[in-house]
Amino acid sequence: MSNTAIQMDDAPVEEEEAKSASGTFARVARYTVVRLVMLFFTVVVGIYLTILVANMGGYVDNIRRGEIRSQISMQVYMSQDPEMKQLPSEEKAQIVDELVALEEKRIGLDQPFIIRSFAFLKNALTLNLGHAEHMFSDSGSKTVRLILLERLPATLAMWGLANLILFFLALFVALFLSRRYGSVLDKAIIALAPTGAAPGWFYGLFLILIFASVLGVLPFGGMVDAPPPDNPILYALSLLKHLILPVVAILLSSLFLSAYNWRTFFLIYSSEDYVEMAKAKGLSDRDIERRYVLRPTLPTIITSFALLLITLWTGAIILETTFNWPGLGRALYQAIGLYDTPVIVGSQVIYAYLLALTVFSLDFVYALVDPRVRVGERGAS
Amino acid sequence: MRILRSFRELFQYPSAVIGLIIILVLVVVSIITIFAIPYDEAIRLWRGGEDVWYNSPKTASPKYVNWFRSSKLPETLTLSTADGDVEKIYEPRETTTKIVIPYVFDFKYDIFPDELALFFDSRFNEKLPHVNITWYTPDGREIRVASFAAEPKLSYRVSQDEKLIRRLKGQLPQIGLFADPNSDPEDPVPLKGIYEMQVEVTIFEEGDDVDAEFVMFGKVAGWAGTDHRRRDLSIAMLWGTPIALAFGLLAAVGTTITTMIIAAFGVWYGGWVDELIQRITEVNLILPVLPILIMVGTFYSKSLWLMLGVIILLSIFGGGIKTYRAIFLQVKASPYIEAARAYGAGNARIIFSYLIPRIIPLLLPQFVILVPSFVFLEAALAFLGLGDPMLPTWGKVINEANANGALHVGHYYWVLQPSILLMLTGLAFAMLGYSLDRVFNPRLRGL
Repeated sequence: MSNTAIQMDDAPVEEEEAKSASGTFARVARYTVVRLVMLFFTVVVGIYLTILVANMGGYVDNIRRGEIRSQISMQVYMSQDPEMKQLPSEEKAQIVDELVALEEKRIGLDQPFIIRSFAFLKNALTLNLGHAEHMFSDSGSKTVRLILLERLPATLAMWGLANLILFFLALFVALFLSRRYGSVLDKAIIALAPTGAAPGWFYGLFLILIFASVLGVLPFGGMVDAPPPDNPILYALSLLKHLILPVVAILLSSLFLSAYNWRTFFLIYSSEDYVEMAKAKGLSDRDIERRYVLRPTLPTIITSFALLLITLWTGAIILETTFNWPGLGRALYQAIGLYDTPVIVGSQVIYAYLLALTVFSLDFVYALVDPRVRVGERGAS
Repeated sequence: MRILRSFRELFQYPSAVIGLIIILVLVVVSIITIFAIPYDEAIRLWRGGEDVWYNSPKTASPKYVNWFRSSKLPETLTLSTADGDVEKIYEPRETTTKIVIPYVFDFKYDIFPDELALFFDSRFNEKLPHVNITWYTPDGREIRVASFAAEPKLSYRVSQDEKLIRRLKGQLPQIGLFADPNSDPEDPVPLKGIYEMQVEVTIFEEGDDVDAEFVMFGKVAGWAGTDHRRRDLSIAMLWGTPIALAFGLLAAVGTTITTMIIAAFGVWYGGWVDELIQRITEVNLILPVLPILIMVGTFYSKSLWLMLGVIILLSIFGGGIKTYRAIFLQVKASPYIEAARAYGAGNARIIFSYLIPRIIPLLLPQFVILVPSFVFLEAALAFLGLGDPMLPTWGKVINEANANGALHVGHYYWVLQPSILLMLTGLAFAMLGYSLDRVFNPRLRGL
């Protein structure tokens, strides 16, 4: 699969049978430590780069300084306090300068960005996500953790549901097609695969046009009716009604391409010699599929699934914008628009950790599902 | 010879042929567009406001809409004395001169026009010319429209004349002036036939003159319609083509070639170079491309070419490196590389002459398949409001349509036209790409 992030160390190296259990343990332990250190280093560098980008190398600080100054100037010059009104303008300017300096010190803007960036890095790595600059959660909190957690269910409901349906449906269709290779349905899926060139939000536009504008049967966007129904059953129905278009949009954009890719992938494995051999032995299709096709492809399927689970965290920025869906992607987009770096970095650091953990654990999963793979053994390279 | 055979094989796939034809058409359209509407002219028109587009209607549908309707929508009509569409008749009097401008036109539509307006350009020494406007309907009625003094530059919007509305018993002028008197006043129907808007201008001094342009703003205009700023969308549809192609192709070239060269270097030198490249690739995997692009667009500049640079920069160490690396590792072990090394070929020679050419057949389909993703990425950025402010692109049109509620109001053409063009471009490259993949990728042969 094209989006396979990690290459499995497929090294069916013949080792001596006499290898002791302690040797295996040492090998796995050493591998674990080296791999963890390396992945942590990767996360540190990745997060630091994200911090630099999210602050635009300190440029965002200048914006923030300007905001503080204009806000305080407004307060001082527009003040209705009679004492303040009588002050000459030089003194007012002095007060503004003092207040600005105080506020900058409070937020920590008096330090150079380079020093602050390392403080950000430490906070991010320890998952001390801090407070947002401008954004609020619906409950009124400024805590980044709460802001992000509040958006998670919305993203899971739409993006998660759609991707799970997509993944399993595509696999199912692909297996079916690889059995009926060359059939009309197979040819139809091949012909439809190029529709995957357009992204989900794009099909979303068409779907909104047809079902919301012209037919008026489904809502333009949003997650539930306004105001949200109190009755939980009605709420669920309303949510379902709003889910149809985005989920169908994702399926339209990816199902055929995904099914085509998996089908081709399965077919490549179905033409291996041992599958021919099994066929010659007269095994049933079902047995061949399960033992000789699915088994060797399992690592790839698992990798795909694991990476899919991670992408759920990032949400879908554009699809959520198209359907006005209050998910994580939209939160990230809003955060960027408001220069809200803590939210941007907070969202990214969790993604980085999730990715690193997945990559790490996949190596062990490979060893579990594929007897040819042993943890910590390098291939011939 | 091998390449030729591959291409002959390619033409056996109908999807490849269709894809190629669409791409060719798009390329031809691009070339014609660039020569027909030079870049500066396109920008001037696209960035132009009322001064450029004053005589074009707002959110008018494309002309072809009328082909599918039984009740025909009125087209935009522009009659100008300066352009010679209408002759001015001079009638000298004792001290003054009367200029009669008869705007005669045939109204054969089933729907009322959108707006009526007159734009005056009068030249005089001291005394303002006086204007008197009368409206003659096909059934011989005569309606007094207005009389006023013509300022040097005057736009008289007939549709907004309160006095005229009162005279027409509360009906808007674009309806009242055209309505069939025998039709139901609640649901008026336009009367078809020859109308005349007669403008009489009295000038008081020697050498004074007046030019005037009559515009009946229709409900359809041009082959692509117009947007909320009265701009003709065909400019954006046409110019969107070269921009989309250039962006998609450059991004695809930039990303695949850099990635491939780096993968080749890593594999050839091995050791710490390879290790470093792999580590950078893993770091790069953590960096979020779309959020970074959005940040660049929000914080810095929305320039399309800057975005292109950032995309290429972010994907140099992209996921493709892993795939290329695996292939290069196989190629590196093959005997002909060993032979090259034996006769003393240098590192650069081996990388560029022996390693890289070997994987180009595998690269070509990947490259073609990549193009639509960048075309849509540009559209996605524009859709989020981060489109290049200067250039007319398809994505920007969709964004503006969406921002102005085109789907809610029913201006479907506004969204559909750029979307269909995007879809065609994407499909064309994808169809060609997947066919190429099946021809060039040995593992997919016959599948």
